[in-house]
Amino acid sequence: MTVRNTPNGFNLNDAGRRVVVDPVTRIEGHMRCEVNIDDDNIIRNAISSGTMWRGLEVILKGRDPRDAWAFVQRICGVCTGTHALTSVRAVEDALKIKIPENANSIRNIMQLSLQAHDHLVHFYHLHALDWVNPVNALKADPVATSALQQQISPSNPKSSPGYFRDTQNRLKKFVESGQLGPFKNGYWTNPAYLLPPEADLLAVTHYLEALDFQKDIMKIRTIFGGKDPHPNWLVGGVPCAINLDGVGAVGAVNMERLNLISSIIDRTITFIDQVYIPDLLAIAQFYKGWLYGGGLSGASMLSYGDIPDQANDYSAANLLMPRGAIINGDLTKVHEVDLTDPEQIKEFVPHSWYKYPDEALGLHPWDGITEPNYKIGSKTKGDRTNIQELDESAKYSWIKAPRWRGHAMEVGPLARYVIGYAQGNKEITEQINFVLKTLDVPVSALFSTLGRTAARGLEAQWAAGKMRYFMDKLMTNLKAGDLSTANVERWDPETWPSSVKGVGFTEAPRGALGHWLKIEDTKIANYQCVVPTTWNGSPRDEQGNIGAFEASLMNTKVEVPDEPVEILRTLHSFDPCLACSTHVISPDGTELTRVQVR
Amino acid sequence: MIELPKILLLGIGNLLWADEGFGVRVVEHLQKHYRFPDNVQVVDGGTQGVYLIEHVQAADVLVVFDAVDYGLPPASIKRVENDEVPNFLGAKKMSLHQTGFQEVLALAQMLGQYPQHLLLIGVQPEELEDYGGSLRPAVKAQIQPVIDMALAYLQDFGVSAECVDLPGELADPILNIQRYEQERPSPEQACRLGDERIVLSAAFEVKPPSASDMPSLQVDVDYRGKY
Repeated sequence: MTVRNTPNGFNLNDAGRRVVVDPVTRIEGHMRCEVNIDDDNIIRNAISSGTMWRGLEVILKGRDPRDAWAFVQRICGVCTGTHALTSVRAVEDALKIKIPENANSIRNIMQLSLQAHDHLVHFYHLHALDWVNPVNALKADPVATSALQQQISPSNPKSSPGYFRDTQNRLKKFVESGQLGPFKNGYWTNPAYLLPPEADLLAVTHYLEALDFQKDIMKIRTIFGGKDPHPNWLVGGVPCAINLDGVGAVGAVNMERLNLISSIIDRTITFIDQVYIPDLLAIAQFYKGWLYGGGLSGASMLSYGDIPDQANDYSAANLLMPRGAIINGDLTKVHEVDLTDPEQIKEFVPHSWYKYPDEALGLHPWDGITEPNYKIGSKTKGDRTNIQELDESAKYSWIKAPRWRGHAMEVGPLARYVIGYAQGNKEITEQINFVLKTLDVPVSALFSTLGRTAARGLEAQWAAGKMRYFMDKLMTNLKAGDLSTANVERWDPETWPSSVKGVGFTEAPRGALGHWLKIEDTKIANYQCVVPTTWNGSPRDEQGNIGAFEASLMNTKVEVPDEPVEILRTLHSFDPCLACSTHVISPDGTELTRVQVR
Repeated sequence: MIELPKILLLGIGNLLWADEGFGVRVVEHLQKHYRFPDNVQVVDGGTQGVYLIEHVQAADVLVVFDAVDYGLPPASIKRVENDEVPNFLGAKKMSLHQTGFQEVLALAQMLGQYPQHLLLIGVQPEELEDYGGSLRPAVKAQIQPVIDMALAYLQDFGVSAECVDLPGELADPILNIQRYEQERPSPEQACRLGDERIVLSAAFEVKPPSASDMPSLQVDVDYRGKY
């Protein structure tokens, strides 16, 4: 038994039974979670492990930096565009390339559409099932559901009893056919589900509606990116030419296409206002007593910021999505963040399956090394090919441990919103105050699983509004005669210095994302990505600080240990993305989540 | 005039993982060497999950190319039609939040629009654990036979493709298979493998759990068929 206090304020005790969840489902990539629970089923020790080697950086060595975006957007099926944008920004930073205003507006619209899209899909299709019970929805009275709908969102026209009855019948047919599809592998009899049947039916109905609607949002990126899936990107701007007088759908983006985008933006705003936000608040109302999952939120949070208002100015004052760091729970001081400062961001590997010359020291990503070193500790149960229980005192994850000035940090929508709130950002403060007032909860309620989920919804709403802003800005600029979308002055490698380095950053839907690269003799010499889930899913560091996932699970009560819905709920609230690839599962296509209680 | 059926030829998989890229490479070959009538779309679906629903819903006839583990000898071709397709497809997961293509089909069905005809042409992968690698020769050699099989199927729907002499332009020239292979960093520069759990063990293989595998206190959470 080990009892230990971490420098970042958690008391770890591994005496109790070990619960292993592997893989954690409804996330991107492969992740394993182990916790120790005491006699009252409360989590007293937590371990998060990325279970697959992510060779993202090394496969780029020696390649043309102008190509990197196409590779990084294939790494993962979710933040494709964000990786591509981060990559072209890193190359532009290295080569001092300035992009035209139109390119900045278009990139922002694409990035914001991804925010809105990803948050919507996450809420309804990946996270809702942690709160909503589709099986229970079969018991609902459609008349009561209709009444609930009219109460929470009077402006939503789709609220008749017949509408909900139709969904219920579709669901019934689907379940009776034996195909539970996305609803299989749920813990549908678990007491952790608290919604009445009519709220479950409402949410399931919107699950389908959102699935239908998200197809529209995607068209924004298809049009500007020229193709779908995998839109095109370009170092120096955007690859779409604009011809306002053009006709037809092929070739340059014309007025008809721009009008289509504009109308999708309006519908996105309406959908989020009429469906997403009211549902979020209605569900939160039933769960507001469940305040677990805070972890590092409120204590240590980081955002790089994003969405430059003017092109080519990446200073905090010009970024509409807030930038900064909060440490030691002091919300009165937001620290400045500099991605080029070797003292700020460092990655450590004492508990990660990588090798550094001196593992007591961290490395800034520009000097980062990605050399795998798969080694398990002496207290591991099982063996190298089949780990039953990880030994967290040794190396135990394929994720490195990034730290900001030595602190483990949480990144993502909640971090951005708390930082914005602490900075007095007007829009963010208004949104947060509205939610706190509606739910009648104090600010401290934000620092929870539910707070993370709420911040994501608010940010979707904010992003949809900002799409409108940049669309108007783009149209104004185009109509004034500026049609430029790319700067190709430095396209030719002959014009490049022999040795340069750059950093590109974005705020991906799930948090701060940075790509650091070095270019030597026109080829990539080093490429390091620190992705949001590297921050949130990080293992322990040399000092023993635990990462954001680990911290968020501490002290949570698990009602039924072999149905750890509480663990999944909290981990899903981060929208984890362990970018990697496919793996083989069971013959009929189901990936079995194994929960082992020892 | 009879309306022509909308046909979607869709390649899925991750081209960064050796044979896992088979479906995408079939589509690349089709885009380079064939021209189709307007009612046929050829799409590189990559690892996109939920984002592909729209394409699936819009199709009357869907042909999917993919690397699927059937437990057959490497590079074997397996052809599956209609109702059987979802059962076979899921044998591996695609990237989007573990949304397998099987789930994409289930969601499309739940939304109420679904292709009338489905064909899956899968190839048994030889190697997946080779990050940054390309197709193994035996798997690569199946690209043309698989295309021929798909074209024969399309004839039933009155579609014939035109073979072009000069390779056409690719939508994603950066990832062109020749360039992808030629510009690959050396193994000394860039480690290509995962850890032993994957490389050596059966832990990640297709294998339903059997009673003897399980320690006494283990619970398999699998509610299939329960509701």
